[in-house]
Amino acid sequence: MSQSKIKFDKKIVLSFWIILIALIIAAPTILPVFRLNLLGRYLSLSIVALGVDLIWGYTGLLSLGQGIFFALGGYCAAMYLQITSSSEFPNNIPEFFALYGVEKLPFFWEPFRSPAFTFFAIWIIPALVAGLIGFLVFRNRIKGVYFSILTQASLLVFFNFFNGQQKLINGTNGLKTDVTQLFGQMVGSESMQRIFFWVTAILVIGAWFFAKWVVKGRFGNILIGIRDDEPRVRFTGYNPVIFKTIIFSIAGGLAGISGALYTVQSGIVSPQFMTVPFSIEMVIWVAVGGRGTLLGAIMGAVFINYAKSLVSEALPASWMFIQGGLFILVVTALPEGVLGWIQGDGPRNLLQRFGLKRKIETYPSLEINNEAKK
Amino acid sequence: MELLLDSLFNGVAIGSVLLVAALGLAIVFGLMGVINLAHGELMMLGAYTTYVTQLIFKLPILKPFYNSYIIVSIFLAFIVSGVVGILLEKTIIRKLYGSPLETLLATWGVSLILQQFVRSVPLAYGAGLVISLIIGLFLPASFPSKIKESINFKYFKFSSWILAALTGVLTGSIISSTVSKLSRASARNVDVTAPSWMRGQVEIIGTAFPKTRLMIIVITLISVIAITLFLNQSAWGMRIRAVTQNRQMSDCLGISTEKVDIITFGIGSGLAGVAGVAVSLLGSVGPNVGGNYIVGCFMVVVLGGVGNLLGTVLASFGIGIMTDLIGAGRLLSIWPDMPIPLSNTINFFATTSMARVMIFALIVIFLQFKPTGLFPQKGRMVEN
Repeated sequence: MSQSKIKFDKKIVLSFWIILIALIIAAPTILPVFRLNLLGRYLSLSIVALGVDLIWGYTGLLSLGQGIFFALGGYCAAMYLQITSSSEFPNNIPEFFALYGVEKLPFFWEPFRSPAFTFFAIWIIPALVAGLIGFLVFRNRIKGVYFSILTQASLLVFFNFFNGQQKLINGTNGLKTDVTQLFGQMVGSESMQRIFFWVTAILVIGAWFFAKWVVKGRFGNILIGIRDDEPRVRFTGYNPVIFKTIIFSIAGGLAGISGALYTVQSGIVSPQFMTVPFSIEMVIWVAVGGRGTLLGAIMGAVFINYAKSLVSEALPASWMFIQGGLFILVVTALPEGVLGWIQGDGPRNLLQRFGLKRKIETYPSLEINNEAKK
Repeated sequence: MELLLDSLFNGVAIGSVLLVAALGLAIVFGLMGVINLAHGELMMLGAYTTYVTQLIFKLPILKPFYNSYIIVSIFLAFIVSGVVGILLEKTIIRKLYGSPLETLLATWGVSLILQQFVRSVPLAYGAGLVISLIIGLFLPASFPSKIKESINFKYFKFSSWILAALTGVLTGSIISSTVSKLSRASARNVDVTAPSWMRGQVEIIGTAFPKTRLMIIVITLISVIAITLFLNQSAWGMRIRAVTQNRQMSDCLGISTEKVDIITFGIGSGLAGVAGVAVSLLGSVGPNVGGNYIVGCFMVVVLGGVGNLLGTVLASFGIGIMTDLIGAGRLLSIWPDMPIPLSNTINFFATTSMARVMIFALIVIFLQFKPTGLFPQKGRMVEN
């Protein structure tokens, strides 16, 4: 992957931030509620995309099971909301339990009465589960496609488990959040949704800075080292298992946060979040945006989802063709994604092809050597 | 005894579906190292081929042979899926050898396109398209070598594609005008009805077995034997094995690796089509039918050890028997007075979806001890 990046002027960066913050503050007044809600959802999806970028773009681990952690975060948030607003139902437990004859809250949901616990559970539980799965897989030096297949299999395990357990988590129906209450307000109400939008926007920026911090410095270098040549990293004296486990659980935690935000904005969490297509879709957001570029992951998630909703509204049948075509196109023609292409030599090569820019000729050794290029 | 036999048969029946579905994958993934997520959709094409063949055999001309349509459809499904697979190899996968993760994503894209294709294109024209593909791909290859080597061969190629397109359109419109069910696109699931000689049950040692299940076992058995013979006895099989072991050296010795890739991928995809025929006998056929099998197939191949057919066979029957033992709660009936906590656990997992949970969990645990499956490839490489 090309290392050269366009350096922007400080003024441009500053004005970019001012415009961005102004847009975030103004969005609820400009956009109709429906579109605002969609934008909020897609922004929350961009957090899970950041996680995918960290593990795939930087570390080279293609996980097809991010849906597990996404859904776990969603379930934590939804269960807390259901429990806090269950005071009018019999036994003070969420309504659906009565349908299956459950009279007592299952013990593992008990801590979710506390908002503080839920706040931490949303990202710690997915991170722990990811860490455990990751450790078991990485310990055996299972990598590459085997890792992808195993994560996909674990996704199916979780999907089947959540689908089959009516008495614990309401099975296929999932947990609804839009008629629950938070701080005395309906979660589905307009004012709450606006607050959720702002929270999401702030968290996306926060997650972006966090991810930037993670990939910076030695830790990030080791991740890239693992991606490019894992045995060499191992022979240099590092233990890749630890680094891979840490980054996988970070991605899991990000997915959990993303899932919780998505759940409160879409009004329901269900095992559908753990289907195979949804988890692979997350990869294509990153691939189109540009793997190895954090901003690309965010933009990819937002733009592709917006395009999806626009296309599906106009021509319902054609989205699958477009999506399938995107997968093929981005892999064969644009492996670095849109942002990677812009940051790399893409535009220059394009201009050269049309004869607008002169080809710079140097010694071949300088062309090959990345160090000399800088 | 009877119970055990019943359980064994059920397990073998589940396992043989898995095996026939995983066989093509074992070849494509095991011998070529290509992750083909569109494998399930190639199965779906096979299943739809069965459906189309069945409807065509209901036409007055072919009505007398109706009972044999299932045999014909096995060959047709092999050809249809094989041709689509070859097209896939020639256009996309060839560019991605050596980067398996990219192949995985691209083939997923292909699978989405194929799913939507059967939803929004009338099956009659789909059949026409496949026929034109067959002619376009194989007609130029069948010319005598004198023509092939001439400079004007590209014109021959071009004209054969035009001929192919015309034939395709013609067949498409003939089928759509004669079989009304195929003339409109529909996203609904369709049903394949087994011919009369395959309905009902057979009694073996006092237990009744459904004939369709037996048929699937027979299909699986024939496929496994045929593919083993092909790989081990034929000249092309030897070349395939040679390329698997050492691509560069085989290339140096004059084996056309390009041709080997096409043949291997074509056969793997064709076997997916055969699996599609088997699957169509089990339930209704829809655009998503392949997706239900794909992850299970990958687990079979990984568990059996990549590049090893015997491992694939053992793994799929193992998984089949385990699925039956756990999913139907058979351990309880074999050992009725087990301790309460144990029987509670077994009851907890005694549904189809929970059995899957258990099986996958067991496979993951197994891979903790043998990360490369039952029969690992031997070698001294640090990297695979």
